[in-house]
Amino acid sequence: MTAMLAFSDEGLLSVLLKSIFVENILLSFFLGMCSYLAVSKRVDSAIGLGIAVIFVQVLTVPMNWALEEFVLGPGALAWAGVPDSDLSYLRFLTFIASIAAVVQVVEMAVDKFSPKLYAALGIFLPLIAVNCAILGGSLFMVERKYDFAQAVTYGFGSGFGWALAIVSMATIRWRMRTAHVPAPLKGLGITFITTGLVAMAFMTFSGI
Amino acid sequence: MTATATPPVKKGGLFGPDEIKVIKDPLWDNNPIAFQILGICSSLAVTTRLDKALVMGIGVTLVTALANLIISTIRNFIPNKIRIIVQLVVVSGVVIVFDQFLKAYMFDLSKQLSVFVGLIITNCIVMGRLEAYAMSNPPWRSFLDGIGNGLGYLWILAVVGTVREILGSGKLLGAQVIPQSLYEAGYVNNGLMVLAPGAFILLGIIVWVQRSISGYSEK
Repeated sequence: MTAMLAFSDEGLLSVLLKSIFVENILLSFFLGMCSYLAVSKRVDSAIGLGIAVIFVQVLTVPMNWALEEFVLGPGALAWAGVPDSDLSYLRFLTFIASIAAVVQVVEMAVDKFSPKLYAALGIFLPLIAVNCAILGGSLFMVERKYDFAQAVTYGFGSGFGWALAIVSMATIRWRMRTAHVPAPLKGLGITFITTGLVAMAFMTFSGI
Repeated sequence: MTATATPPVKKGGLFGPDEIKVIKDPLWDNNPIAFQILGICSSLAVTTRLDKALVMGIGVTLVTALANLIISTIRNFIPNKIRIIVQLVVVSGVVIVFDQFLKAYMFDLSKQLSVFVGLIITNCIVMGRLEAYAMSNPPWRSFLDGIGNGLGYLWILAVVGTVREILGSGKLLGAQVIPQSLYEAGYVNNGLMVLAPGAFILLGIIVWVQRSISGYSEK
């Protein structure tokens, strides 16, 4: 996969476009499928979840970047006088903990400042902690060795790409309610096949 | 999550009829992928080749079983409010062990699986089974439930991996299976199978077949 190549010195615009369209985190890396399948039945809840994911992604990717840079990576603890430390085996645990913490804080903040939005997002917010798109975004950020600006851009781009995919899918499924689909194919099966077609459409962006 | 939790009834030995049922159910009737719709992410991403699919399936089986065992052992001591965090910590601990093991003994494969080993943590099968089963059932039964669900996941992964590897690159486990004469007669590998859309469509079809046979349909 070309996606696995390190491209740490690419421009921000390229990171942005790539993460939204060419390497859409859902359509080409299959991340966040569970909530995507569960929530894409209705357009309004899809939009709500999409916004929540963008929000959390923009916060967690840079935050995990800082954790990786100053605590976890090889030699990252040099500022604390421990030059040859390597805590990278704690990466999963730290990332998931920081994600869970951010989600919790976001939940409380939204509840305090905008009860209306909280009521709309309500059930989806805590679920984001176990959305693989979020953890996946952070892990990809480490694997591709992004710098800070790229990490922020990537966080936004991948979140936006995910939101775009789920909202378009929700609208397609809304229209499909009236279509005649064979009974065993209903629900999961037809959603997969439609997603495949959407993914194929997104592949045409790869020339950008 | 539509996972069902059977009420704990104690009879028979370590492998009484109930225990067998706990293992057998998720293999077909209550399959985590086709029926419960859990753990889809990784089932698509790692199935471009059969060996990746098998390692991933085994990893998920072990992680689910061990995490189920641990959580079920301490289930009465976990405060309800922070149970998700406790579950996440236990799961990531188990996944770190598996990841270090892969890095030590199968380095190439662990490079190819890239971020997806770490993503077992957020694999909905693990969390789903912890929530739906391990939190309300005794340790041994939960352990078996983890094994059963892991195997149910493994076989679907293996099927998807086999089809994608044969159609996509003409190989199986790295060995050529489509004979050279076919290529000379004009046969071409289907590149779409290796890419994302092929995976989506293939899994859609597998779910269709599985549900046609098991007679389950939504709504």
